[in-house]
Amino acid sequence: MKFSYFPGCTLKTKAKQLDVYARKCAEVLGITLEEIPAWQCCGGVFNASRDEIASKLSAVRALSAARDAGQPLVSVCSACHNVIKQTNAAMQDDGEFASHVNHYLTQPGQGQAEPYYGETEVYHYLELLRDVVGFDKVKAAVKHPLTGKKIGAYYGCLLLRPSGVMAMDDPENPQILEDFIRAIGGEPVIYAMRNECCGGYMTLEDKALAAKKSTAVLDNASVNGADLLVTACPLCKYNLDKNGKNDLPVVYFTELLAEALGIKE
Amino acid sequence: MEKNKTAALREQILRASGVNPKKCMRCGKCSGTCPAYDEMEYHPHQFVYMVETGNIEPLLHSESVYKCLSCFACVERCPRGVEPAKLIEALCAAVTRPQGANHMTPDDIPALLDEDLPQQAIVSALRKYMK
Ligand code: SF4
Ligand code: SF4
Repeated sequence: MKFSYFPGCTLKTKAKQLDVYARKCAEVLGITLEEIPAWQCCGGVFNASRDEIASKLSAVRALSAARDAGQPLVSVCSACHNVIKQTNAAMQDDGEFASHVNHYLTQPGQGQAEPYYGETEVYHYLELLRDVVGFDKVKAAVKHPLTGKKIGAYYGCLLLRPSGVMAMDDPENPQILEDFIRAIGGEPVIYAMRNECCGGYMTLEDKALAAKKSTAVLDNASVNGADLLVTACPLCKYNLDKNGKNDLPVVYFTELLAEALGIKE
Repeated sequence: MEKNKTAALREQILRASGVNPKKCMRCGKCSGTCPAYDEMEYHPHQFVYMVETGNIEPLLHSESVYKCLSCFACVERCPRGVEPAKLIEALCAAVTRPQGANHMTPDDIPALLDEDLPQQAIVSALRKYMK
């Protein structure tokens, strides 16, 4: 099956492992990811103010490009996925907002853009594994199971909330990452802070606050016996690695998947 | 004059956020779950109450509008569906939109960089703090 793919700016720079392994694993699992031509940065955070138009245009452009290609849209980064999915919901539910946005959709040098009203189906890569490939198929494709590895799933905020829009999983008792960990042969470790904030962009505004939040997550995961954490978010990984006062390793879920599928260099 | 300014701003904030503060039952759960609670002078439930009563001025002059992490925990966990984060976002926009009122600009970034900082952090912070 073919999907339009939105990598996002960080996956082209500081988080290449997230992107490269996502593509390689998709190939092995029979999924074709077709990168959207000339995509623009999603902006990293969804602005919940309904009168903010300009900052949401890039997400709408990606969504309408996928619509024009007749394909669902998939991303791997939690933040891109959150921005794109929340923007899509706003385009569906808020006619006033959608009308404003559609005035600005056409870009210089390109033909008149077809107005967009939230038609595209939006997936996170994990949902692709769960709902399109199926975790049983992922498990069947595993060559090097991560047997004996105690892995803590770090959801953070963006994959789950607001759950009415994201609709990936139960926001307070999620399972998708634990099921993923089981599929690749690891042992999931449940800990209370797995869906609490790492500090996010606060690392630039108030580093001490980001350090406090990341450390709390890491300490809670290690106390519960995790050997490592998996994440889908470059900013979570940064905060946990750089601001957290605890050496628990943090890796991207796509790296572990590639390792399990036997395609990691 | 001052009264008109506050009334207009209140209307704009309610409209932009889509929040109805009258739904709030003042249980404080939003503030109880807020990861930035300790760093805030005014807390999420106070934002809701102060906007409801039109006591907006103190919020516009408080660092609290910059402390929200956009984690959506208060949105998720409010038993009344009030969505306080959306109100805080609308207030933050009202504070940073006037000419020259940006809280952070690209000129601030180089001093904050390190080799591992993801681009995502920079674009997110600028989107929050600069209009
Ligand atoms: S959680 Fe909701 S109802 Fe309770 S104080 Fe906060 S906004 Fe009001
Ligand atoms: S979204 Fe902002 S106000 Fe709400 S809980 Fe998170 S940090 Fe606190």
